[in-house]
Amino acid sequence: MLSRTADHLYWMARYTERAENTARMLDINYQMSLLPQSTEAAEQGWRGMLSISELTGDYHRRFAAIQPREVMDFMVRDEANPSSIHSCLRAARENARAVRGTLTTEVWETANTTWLEFKRLIATGNFHRDPSDFFEWVKFRSHLSRGVTLGTMLQDESFHFLRIGTFLERADNTARLLDVKYHAAESEFFGAREQREQLEVDFYHWSAILRSVSGFEVYRKVYRNVIRPEKVAELLILRPDMPRSLAACMNEVVASLGMVANEQSVETLRRAGRLRSDLQFGRIDEILATGLHAFLTQFLDRVGDVGVGISRDFLVPV
Amino acid sequence: MTTYDEMHAAGRKVREHYAAYDRWLAEQPGDVMKSRRDEAEMIFRRVGITFAVYGAKDEDGSGTERLIPFDLIPRIIPAHEWREMEKGLKQRVTALNRFVHDVYHEQAILKAGIVPGEQVFKNAQFRPEMMGVAVAGDIYSHIAGIDIVRAANPDGSGSYYVLEDNLRVPSGVSYMLENRKMMMRLFPELFAGHRIAPVAHYPDLLLETLRAVAPSGVNEPTVVVLTPGMYNSAYFEHAFLAQQMGVELVEGQDLFVKDNYLYMRTTQGPRRVDVIYRRVDDDFLDPEAFRPDSTLGCAGLLGVYRAGNVTLCNAIGTGVADDKSIYPYVPKMIEFYLGEKPILQNVPTWLCRDDDDLKYVLDHLGELVVKEVHGAGGYGMLVGPAASQAEIEAFRGALKANPSNYIAQPTLALSSCPTFVDSGIAPRHIDLRPFVLSGKTVQMVPGGLTRVALKEGSLVVNSSQGGGTKDTWVLEA
Repeated sequence: MLSRTADHLYWMARYTERAENTARMLDINYQMSLLPQSTEAAEQGWRGMLSISELTGDYHRRFAAIQPREVMDFMVRDEANPSSIHSCLRAARENARAVRGTLTTEVWETANTTWLEFKRLIATGNFHRDPSDFFEWVKFRSHLSRGVTLGTMLQDESFHFLRIGTFLERADNTARLLDVKYHAAESEFFGAREQREQLEVDFYHWSAILRSVSGFEVYRKVYRNVIRPEKVAELLILRPDMPRSLAACMNEVVASLGMVANEQSVETLRRAGRLRSDLQFGRIDEILATGLHAFLTQFLDRVGDVGVGISRDFLVPV
Repeated sequence: MTTYDEMHAAGRKVREHYAAYDRWLAEQPGDVMKSRRDEAEMIFRRVGITFAVYGAKDEDGSGTERLIPFDLIPRIIPAHEWREMEKGLKQRVTALNRFVHDVYHEQAILKAGIVPGEQVFKNAQFRPEMMGVAVAGDIYSHIAGIDIVRAANPDGSGSYYVLEDNLRVPSGVSYMLENRKMMMRLFPELFAGHRIAPVAHYPDLLLETLRAVAPSGVNEPTVVVLTPGMYNSAYFEHAFLAQQMGVELVEGQDLFVKDNYLYMRTTQGPRRVDVIYRRVDDDFLDPEAFRPDSTLGCAGLLGVYRAGNVTLCNAIGTGVADDKSIYPYVPKMIEFYLGEKPILQNVPTWLCRDDDDLKYVLDHLGELVVKEVHGAGGYGMLVGPAASQAEIEAFRGALKANPSNYIAQPTLALSSCPTFVDSGIAPRHIDLRPFVLSGKTVQMVPGGLTRVALKEGSLVVNSSQGGGTKDTWVLEA
């Protein structure tokens, strides 16, 4: 297939997934902000969010203080913010439109309707009236997009590039989400604060992360235990059967890459495979011994490196 | 001036081929048509059947995408009329293809003095690069769109006329197909009650045509559609046709030339391209040969083409035959090349380059339609009876300054067809663009795209100027 076509498909899937994960993160922060907590703690949540998305600078160029409503506006409907849900859904739709002939009618119409409906939800004020409902809608449109892709597309190269886009983006987003505490508190994983208070804070923090990846019930089912940070980290990093974990994402990326391999992609496949093995054979205590933040930072670098390799070998080089 | 109405004869009597539709329409409760229209609009938007408006911006900052208004009331053509029209169209396009070949080879028709040589050589669409170049099957315009109108005769009957030949990159066929799909979805009962000739096999015929003209020696040709990109006004159609034929939709940046062959960049490395259904004008095809600033084409393409290693559909240089200054000679071409009487009539045309004709035109500006020879899309024309005195005088100046840039025709009252507008059902003027495919044989699907001028009294059917479309039914006898 055309390299340019593959490129549009890959980015269409990435932007769709990114919109979903942004909605997930925003929803959790919004829910947390409804809990009784200090202004400082609440602000930390929003600041952490901007920081892991690498948008702190952009935000402060526009707004002085961290205000929940402004952060949400910035992340949802700001056209100038390339990572806002607005920008992601629009980019997903524009990429789909550029290759609509390659997509099934259902996949194209899903992307197109999502964009048209998004503009309507913003214009009618539905988003401000009920942010949670709106975030739920974004998630379901993403579910629909993935489901329609699985349910209607021929499993040829187009399909594989869509899958690579989806899971590479998800691997990146889950890693950032796990790192949010580091960004919020600007401290290392096991904080220096007084132990008793920390336990309670940990519960809300880690259960929020679990909820943001639809993993709260999964956690209880897998561990049948109280919420423990190292277990949450294990679930979201190493469990291959947890659909949003780093291991699960890299399994998908490696499998799909194998389906499209060409003469020049050997090195990219090797690096992706190696990253996958590190997760497959890794242990959580080793990861925590090096430090979660250090591990995640390195993971993000390696995922970014695989992304550059994919663009160079198959797509339109970035 | 009397107008021929497609549905009603004198005294509001319903013509026979509309009788069943008329009975159905009379039974529909008042708000059905309105709710069907809303439904159609919603579906068109969701499917993204839109065209881009150049220069305009949406509130969200992206280019404006508009729907072409779709009218619910079909234009119906009886079987016997279609049989004649089809014969006439095939005849005309065959002769036009012979003419283009002749222009770029022997030039017999020029030597015979039937078409003046300067009309050809001074034409900006004449491409000297094509002289002596052999093209597959000697076919130049593989996809032709011929614009046809019907006008009233003094006795109340109507006659079809060819208004214009489009031999370069005619568009609109996707609307023909989508309109039919929409009508079948909105009004299935109408299709059960009529014998309407299907059109959905057009992409199959198109693919067959494109494959048939592959360079010699290529048994399994790779066919692609070349588009200027997603911001082109007809992008939807390009994507639609590529998808329906199951071929790649490429842009200039996807193509490159190596060792006198054409390749596209794919995820599995370079792949040879044999046939291009190009929706890019000649001028933009190859920056090395034509406009150097073009990014829509592929450098070196002309060389590959001239070597016979790729087929372009349509060929380069077909514009020499669909120019308004060549149009008056088409009936004579048919006689010259085919030895046949033309089946379809031309609209009588005055060539302003001719002194006598110019004098007549200047004396009758208020009655005539004056068109720029190279104009398209309803731009650069004067509709005398509808124009103000100031507009007429402005055109008079332009005409005198550069007479050979204009032709004039009597103001034809295009036939009308009942149309669902805000005030209810009212007659609006229409034309018809059937599509003629020339490959191994000359083929068509029955009907074409009916365009309708939605503004009361307007004769301009172009979508860029407030025109809409209708489904076109050819009834099977």
